[in-house]
Amino acid sequence: MTAEPEIVLEARNITKRFPGVVANENVSLKLHRGEVLALLGENGAGKTTLMNILYGLYHQDSGEVLIRGEPVRISSPSESIKRGIGMVHQHFMLVPVFTVAENIILGAETGNGPFLDLKVARQRIRELSRQYHLDVDPDAYVKDLSVGQQQRVEIIKALYRNADILILDEPTAVLTPQETEELFAIIRSLTARGASVIFISHKLKEALAIADRIMVLRRGRVVGETTPREATERSLAEMMVGRSVMLEVEKGEAHPGAPVLTLENVTVLDDRGQQVVNGVSLEVHAGEILGIAGVQGNGQTELVEAITGLRPVHSGRVRINGRDVTNASPRRISETGCAHVPEDRQEDGLVLTYTVADNLVLNTYYTPPFAHGIVRDDRAILDHANRLIERYDVRTPGALTLVSALSGGNKQKVIIARELSREVRLLIAAQPTRGIDVGSIEFIHQQIIAERDRGAAVLLVSAELDEIMALSDRIAVMYHGRIVATLPAASATREELGLLMAGAQPVNAASELATDGHEPVNVQRRGV
Amino acid sequence: MERAESQSPLQADRLAPVRSLLRAMIVPVASVVVALAIGAVIIALSGANPLVAYSALFEGGLGSGRAIGRTLEKATPLIFGGLAVSLAFKCGLFNIGAQGQLLLGAIFAAFIGFSLQGLPAVLHIPLALLVGAVMGAVWAAIAGTLKAFTGAHEVITTIMLNFVAFNLTDWLADGPWKDRSPGNIVARTPAVAPEARLPDIAGVPLGMILAVLAAIAVWWLIWRTTIGFELRTVGQNASAAKYAGISVRRMTVLAMVASGFLAGLGGAVETLGVVGRFQPGFNVGLGFQAITIALLARTNPIAVIPASLLIGVMQAGASRMQFNSGVASEIIDVIQAIILFFVAADSIIRWVLRLRAEEGERVTLSSGWGS
Repeated sequence: MTAEPEIVLEARNITKRFPGVVANENVSLKLHRGEVLALLGENGAGKTTLMNILYGLYHQDSGEVLIRGEPVRISSPSESIKRGIGMVHQHFMLVPVFTVAENIILGAETGNGPFLDLKVARQRIRELSRQYHLDVDPDAYVKDLSVGQQQRVEIIKALYRNADILILDEPTAVLTPQETEELFAIIRSLTARGASVIFISHKLKEALAIADRIMVLRRGRVVGETTPREATERSLAEMMVGRSVMLEVEKGEAHPGAPVLTLENVTVLDDRGQQVVNGVSLEVHAGEILGIAGVQGNGQTELVEAITGLRPVHSGRVRINGRDVTNASPRRISETGCAHVPEDRQEDGLVLTYTVADNLVLNTYYTPPFAHGIVRDDRAILDHANRLIERYDVRTPGALTLVSALSGGNKQKVIIARELSREVRLLIAAQPTRGIDVGSIEFIHQQIIAERDRGAAVLLVSAELDEIMALSDRIAVMYHGRIVATLPAASATREELGLLMAGAQPVNAASELATDGHEPVNVQRRGV
Repeated sequence: MERAESQSPLQADRLAPVRSLLRAMIVPVASVVVALAIGAVIIALSGANPLVAYSALFEGGLGSGRAIGRTLEKATPLIFGGLAVSLAFKCGLFNIGAQGQLLLGAIFAAFIGFSLQGLPAVLHIPLALLVGAVMGAVWAAIAGTLKAFTGAHEVITTIMLNFVAFNLTDWLADGPWKDRSPGNIVARTPAVAPEARLPDIAGVPLGMILAVLAAIAVWWLIWRTTIGFELRTVGQNASAAKYAGISVRRMTVLAMVASGFLAGLGGAVETLGVVGRFQPGFNVGLGFQAITIALLARTNPIAVIPASLLIGVMQAGASRMQFNSGVASEIIDVIQAIILFFVAADSIIRWVLRLRAEEGERVTLSSGWGS
């Protein structure tokens, strides 16, 4: 880059404090015309705060924002849209029962008086779609679109409002590897036509693949700026965490024993009564990790809830250690030695208004030594807490600190500590490292492998394909509520798994099992 | 928060519990002060002197042995009611039906009191109290069961059950259990047997002693037992409770039963200790004052005692205030309503005092609405 292109967006020395935290400290950023700037950082590093300032949701305490060289004070999202900034949030803001066109014009309606005129809008949407290879039908209902397509609707929504600066907040979190590739192609076609993109992520590979420049945030400060040519995954990870980290998970060979968890033709309904788990059969053996790969919303959540007793099993059988626990109470299942790291740790795994100590006995509070009869033994609960805080390296001011005050990674360590401190014969870990810092991820991965080596059966559910591939001994791919294939992890490739996750027929000879009758590739996935 | 208070020994900062207790008291105390100030303005607007009125109020509630006796008498059922509402709050339930549970407890205690004759007091009193409390529990169990098994919101069902209780007790007192003694034309039950009346113990009414013991028992149940832990967990986060193997349904029914038991006991104590019989219309509004007290005490069972005493003082002194200053005694209801307003909408007081929202366990007034 010799002739410096125009700077379209600049932030100078932005500082934003929240009670007790400095979310951004002296953060400066420049975005050039036609470039992709990746903003990399762990959860809580201040990425989202910075973007919310640029998008007008917060106002900075000090520092200034310039758009095309002009200092501006953006006080609301509608103002930032007027100035050409569009944001695609992690959670889409779409009305499912509206068509694509209706969603896109929402808030910018065209028409005669009170009557909508969609004709012009549809025309423009088609043009935009063609121009950027977005492949979106303006008359399709959003509820019928796949997650990847919904994301494109969000992008068109921004383009429709003439945005030429796009902020994409963790856009790949809900995509398959192939959909991610398609998104990258779209980003390239956007920048080729002069748009500028800020790409927020915590995934190192993606930042290296798509960005022109990479900026790393840690604890609210800019700790480095680099380009994909100069950086490696390792150097980026070190910048993010502030120390050297192990990216590879070290694990020895598995020594599988007898089956611990057996599922036979399990079907489960979701909250709306739709069958979302369609006859899953699988076995997890002692001493092995079975990973379930799949894009979010393919029935994994409901399957785990059904195994752990939180959701009724509609039909089929669940056995743990040979005992039938189909539709048993969560407590009975837990007492078979089933530890559960739940997907939604804030909602299910912890009581945020309780102390760390109380959370560490959340499901064992009624057993000795924590209770004698109905009387709690606070001393024993406290001793237990102090022991676990030490052993699992939970960073907390004390056992009596409210768990809500802990960081995401430390909250998850509280759950891991609680679950693994019991006698574990089956560990069910759902999204065990979602949204937590690299340092904690490393620790939690080691704990899961240690549990396997101790002889526990581990069922791992994760939307992160890297995590599945790094930890699993066998990988089952779940699509549309079915296990479409089970592969040995050693021979599985990203590409193959990605295709299976998108609904392709298993073709690889390595597939041990493929249930019959699953849908063909082009069937659209239901929304998340 | 409160657990942290109770476990001070290992806390580095020994004053932290005291500080957090003081912090917890800011909003309730400020609410009372602001309510009294607004009350003073209203009194002044009505042409009376607020200072004269308030000094008469507190003199009437605290100024003499008899005044204090009246205050204790007024405060006793309030403590039971406040405990009932607080306990339900701990489980995330808003028991608006304390009034109805209390009426059931009152009339059944009266029934045991007047229908059995010649029983010794050591048997008669516990029996009458127990039957009253159990009837309160039964009444609340209806709402608890409906909530647990059909999802019917307890606010709606307890309000409805209040109306049923009003009319049911009216009918009993004017029909099958009516006082048929010559000359009586009003709806009321016969007087309870002298053996069923609550005595004073060392000058303190037995009812008051029971109320304080009940407060301690509720505190112990909530903070020191596994049942209390289960109740609180359901109240704070029902889905985490489910995950932890706690039956949300069972705890919902249990919390309502325990709450109704306390309210029913309050009604029984009032009947056997103060009124001596059941009369419809007695202590209307007690169940609602119980809500004010529970919120003023921030659902802390021990704090329910001073909160009840404060309201008790106002009620005991109201007639003296009216006599001395000419201010209608209803002004007390206005002040109580303003207190309730501020403790329920405590963000107003926080905003006035520029306080940050407090950490720790929350009282949820509206869980389950609209979902």
